[in-house]
Amino acid sequence: MRLASALTVLAILWPGSLGAEEKKNRLPVTVHGFLMGNASVRTTGEHPPMGEGGAFVLGEERLRLDVSGATKSGNGFLQIKGDIFHDAVANRVDGDLREAYAGFRSSQFDLRLGRQIVTWGVGDLFFINDVFPKDWESFFSGRPMEYLKRGVDSVRLQYSSEALNVDVVATPFFTADALPSPKRFFLYNPFAAVAEQHQYSPPARAENTEVALRLYRRMAGFDVSLYGYRGFWRMPGANMDSGNGAPRITRFYPRLVTWGASAQRNLLNGVVSFEGGRYNSLDDRCGSASGVPNSQWRVLASYQRQLAQELTATFQGYAEVMDGYDSYRKSLPAGFRPEDRVRGLFSVRLTQFLGYQNWRLSAFIACSPTDSDCFAQPEVSHRLSDKLSAAVGANIFSGKHETTFFGQMEKNDNVYMSLRFDF
Amino acid sequence: MLARIVFALIAAFYPLVIHAQEKLTATEVMDRAQAAFYSPGADMKARVTMDLINADGKKRTRVLSMLRKNLPGGREQRYFLYFHEPGDVRRTAFLVWKYPEKDDDRWIFIPAVNMTRRIAARDSRSSFVGSDFSYEDISGRDLAADSHTVLREEKLGDAACYVVQSTPKAAADFSRKLSWIDKTSWLPLKEEYYDAQNKLARVFTADKTEAISAGGKTYPTVLKRTMKNVQSGHRTEVVFENVSYDVGIAPDVFTERSLQQAPEKWIR
Repeated sequence: MRLASALTVLAILWPGSLGAEEKKNRLPVTVHGFLMGNASVRTTGEHPPMGEGGAFVLGEERLRLDVSGATKSGNGFLQIKGDIFHDAVANRVDGDLREAYAGFRSSQFDLRLGRQIVTWGVGDLFFINDVFPKDWESFFSGRPMEYLKRGVDSVRLQYSSEALNVDVVATPFFTADALPSPKRFFLYNPFAAVAEQHQYSPPARAENTEVALRLYRRMAGFDVSLYGYRGFWRMPGANMDSGNGAPRITRFYPRLVTWGASAQRNLLNGVVSFEGGRYNSLDDRCGSASGVPNSQWRVLASYQRQLAQELTATFQGYAEVMDGYDSYRKSLPAGFRPEDRVRGLFSVRLTQFLGYQNWRLSAFIACSPTDSDCFAQPEVSHRLSDKLSAAVGANIFSGKHETTFFGQMEKNDNVYMSLRFDF
Repeated sequence: MLARIVFALIAAFYPLVIHAQEKLTATEVMDRAQAAFYSPGADMKARVTMDLINADGKKRTRVLSMLRKNLPGGREQRYFLYFHEPGDVRRTAFLVWKYPEKDDDRWIFIPAVNMTRRIAARDSRSSFVGSDFSYEDISGRDLAADSHTVLREEKLGDAACYVVQSTPKAAADFSRKLSWIDKTSWLPLKEEYYDAQNKLARVFTADKTEAISAGGKTYPTVLKRTMKNVQSGHRTEVVFENVSYDVGIAPDVFTERSLQQAPEKWIR
């Protein structure tokens, strides 16, 4: 029924009919979008115990409507991007409002109000100062890259000048990272056996408003940014207690303050980038709360270079260094495998275009020598026409331990495909 | 007396003037051609339609807005390119800060994740958005990268032209290029690119040119151009529409801000 009404709305908004209207009335609004089918099949032959869909990690049909408009001067603008989709694995129809904001610009200020996607930092899939929510389930189940980012319901104010650019995002409504669901993925969950589990998100109160700040300008050929954030970890921490005798798990999003910097410029016949950040975990200052991440430093260096015509490579090195490691080890309950003090990651991305860029071959490979795990995502995409494109790829995980980020996903290797029609 | 002096001066310098015109070096010809083709006016805006057509006639279309500003004095330029079509790249934008003697600074904005990224700009011979034009064909190749010789002067259609041969000093994807430079407009009317085996590889033609006026000046402009890969049969036809010069595009249009929120006034 919801789908039927959605289709009615679509029929009314169809760009063909609107286009004619537009010419007549000069409506400052355009409507575009796409229809997309996504499917992803687990190749390990195993089904998660809480299984939904058996071998299918993903099976969906998606309709995107993208409405954008601006006043003639461009000083007022709006953007709405929303998906209606049928999840064939769970057999339900749902919606996903990706972005919806109105904006205003003056000579030096841009103000945006509403749901928006914000992306900061210089890393490729390694995030330090991009503290905005991610959808890892989408990413690992083979949806296109754009679904990795989730919108935040925010007020965003930007100031631009030659001397300094300022970007402030204030978010009263907390959005967590979307982590792979145990219904579709094999995951490490040490508390799976605990019957009583609770989860708390930060309520929308003034003092819980997240504030993210970026200051940036060009300096000595570098694009230099400074960042700050006050808010919450987007992956939950957990407290275990025994309220009435039985063990009880309470998951919550611990408070977090970060600050950092990045710099990027042309160097060594390519692009060189550096990023660093400090994560202060306010709910675990001395590192003794085992269910809350300790404070940490994060650093990243990357180098992108064109190796040949239409072939580009990006190399990244990344590390997280934990504070209060001794306290962490002491507070870790018996039976838990300890993380290392330093978590290192290396990655390579290769992108090759062929046939007038109608074919794109890419591979992203990340390995952690400290966690002893790896992740690879090879993909082939092809533009059949200006409107129709297809992609086939795979998510491949391997790891020595089931407790690490990629290692826990080892039984979730999947092959995905998508077909997209733009209008 | 005065008349005699003036006459004497003219008589003295006239041959020099003529001489100078006749004796333009190949590099001077190419320099003028680049100025006429890649940097007329203080700034420029246009709506560009590129049709990528393969040997079977199958067509793909890219529509973009192009803004250019020349920085005062030097040969530095800034470009802002904003894609309207096709759908999967709609709102993608490129910002290019072009320098005469070092690699460009290039940034791309990917609207799906609202992300601005610097991109490696080493290989300027790479195809521009899958067309038969390279980045360099779009924004100009460093003159000093090639040695230039005037081979001959001849008419191409009705236009008197210099025919200049340019040979890359370092390895490139072409071994030599012949350019037919119009002696009046200084526009390149035709170019032939030869491969390493000295076989004709690509041919550029200026199919339609027009003088566009702005503030009392006129700028000869190529409104339709084609680059054809004669070996594969693939070609790219480019049409420039709504071309205006000296419209006063502010320098701050060529910054990260425009990538995130395109300057509606200039790209509509």
